[in-house]
Amino acid sequence: MRKQLCSALQRRSVNTSMTFLTGDLGFMALEPLRSAMGNRFMNAGVAEQNMMSVAAAMAKQDLEVWVYSIAPFCYARPFEQIRNDICFHKLPVNLIGNGGGYGYGVMGPTHHAIEDYGVLLTLPNMVVFAPVFDEDVETVISRAGDSPSATYVRLGKGEPPEGYAVPKYAPWRQLCIGAGPVVIAVGPLASTYIEVFSEIPASIRPNLWAVAELPIERNPMPEQLLQQITTSHLLCVAEEHVRRGGFASELILHLTMQGIHIPRLVHLYARAHHFERYGSQSYLRRCSLLDPKSMLLALEGKLYA
Amino acid sequence: MLSAKTVAAARKRLLQMHFESGVGHIGGNLSALDALLVLFNEVLNDKDHFVLSKGHAAGALYIALWSIGKLHQEDLTMFHGDDTLFPGHPPASGIAGVAFATGSLGHGLSLAAGTAIALRLKCQEGRTFCFMSDGEWQEGSTWEALIFACHQKLETLTILVDHNNLQGFGSTDEVASMSPLWTKLQGFDIDVHVIDGHDLDAIRYALTHRSDRPRIIVLNTVKGHGVSFMSNQMAWHYLPLTLEQFQTAIEEIESI
Repeated sequence: MRKQLCSALQRRSVNTSMTFLTGDLGFMALEPLRSAMGNRFMNAGVAEQNMMSVAAAMAKQDLEVWVYSIAPFCYARPFEQIRNDICFHKLPVNLIGNGGGYGYGVMGPTHHAIEDYGVLLTLPNMVVFAPVFDEDVETVISRAGDSPSATYVRLGKGEPPEGYAVPKYAPWRQLCIGAGPVVIAVGPLASTYIEVFSEIPASIRPNLWAVAELPIERNPMPEQLLQQITTSHLLCVAEEHVRRGGFASELILHLTMQGIHIPRLVHLYARAHHFERYGSQSYLRRCSLLDPKSMLLALEGKLYA
Repeated sequence: MLSAKTVAAARKRLLQMHFESGVGHIGGNLSALDALLVLFNEVLNDKDHFVLSKGHAAGALYIALWSIGKLHQEDLTMFHGDDTLFPGHPPASGIAGVAFATGSLGHGLSLAAGTAIALRLKCQEGRTFCFMSDGEWQEGSTWEALIFACHQKLETLTILVDHNNLQGFGSTDEVASMSPLWTKLQGFDIDVHVIDGHDLDAIRYALTHRSDRPRIIVLNTVKGHGVSFMSNQMAWHYLPLTLEQFQTAIEEIESI
């Protein structure tokens, strides 16, 4: 999604109050943005704590501020700066974390971001965007940039099957329709299930939904989704994020507090930072039982047998 | 021009505020007070910006704001109480002249640098002053900020360091010595001034000196300055005053 990101930000940069800070990342991707923005594009160096506080102060001076890094470096090291300097002051700084989840797979555990949105959503005045498809990026950048809140954009890899007609961006989108169980997945992970689900007969095909914005209460859940949850025998939530603090627990809390009946729940999630062996994002998804094959087994009730 | 009488009155009001609220951190507030009074009374104008990186000197900041009429007696009586706008470290909003909530050390210099560079990008006039402790130079983020400020040649940025040599649980030399601090700072592309942080004329001169680089003023100060039994005593980093101590301190200030 970096190419789409660069294009979207480049278009947005005609606004001369826009500034962009990078933590020394963006090689072979952000050069056009750097050329377009001149001195409003700053390489803040390998110094994420300083970068976040500088960004906060710039936003306090009414500049539109974007901060870019590899996802884990964007929120983990400078967490206190995000909390104290950005969120406590209700400053609309936009954080962009590239390679959310297992995006930097074989680079190792230091480069994985599998507790990012859980951690960030504990903060006041924070909105998370997890675009599902490359085509979402333009809209997500607009929505983040126009938001009065601080934002975190979790960039991943859009992976729709060939020939799939990507639906127009919405915080909640139904990607597959059937009469089977309900599956809700966060961000681009959702698109990895489209192909296998489309091969299932409509009578038992899951209703696949993608969520692209958190917290949940920011955007009302579609009535259709709520109805499907109420009438389904199974709800499966999949997220490339650790279980604690993740989307599933938020969803269940949200539904419970609204008095909505929750069917049997299956939760697929990023298992750990400390696998003994490493590999690509696909490999790590398999190890976490997040891959399409594991999803099918989970829906058949065979995964935990 | 700030008179010795005004400084003494401010020192007394600071002690009264801390005594009435039962709050410590007095020593580091007294070491900071003289420079803050000069800064707020004689240097800062409406276009300038100030960041108190040493958030535990909030008392001295509130007193400095009171000394220029931006806070009132009744405000100071709310210090550190329930339902107050004036907590022990500066809050994120609610006080004119306080831009940022600080208190976790190592944030302020980055916030000041960000303010200075934002003003430059907006082609807006105004200087930025950042008031720091000496202990917070042990924070890595402070050095990140200094590197950034120097690299960006933020000539409108002035950093003041309250170098009282005492921190929370020992002297700066005992805990993590960088003595002398200014020789480390001189390795950067920055103007370094080392002055007596209780000499009002020296503070005035250093604060009004112009440069084409960022400036750092190392204020050699004394923790608990102005009250002999507190002077250079680590315990006054934290301790509140008893009634007897408060009365003794006030008598000493009034006798000078």
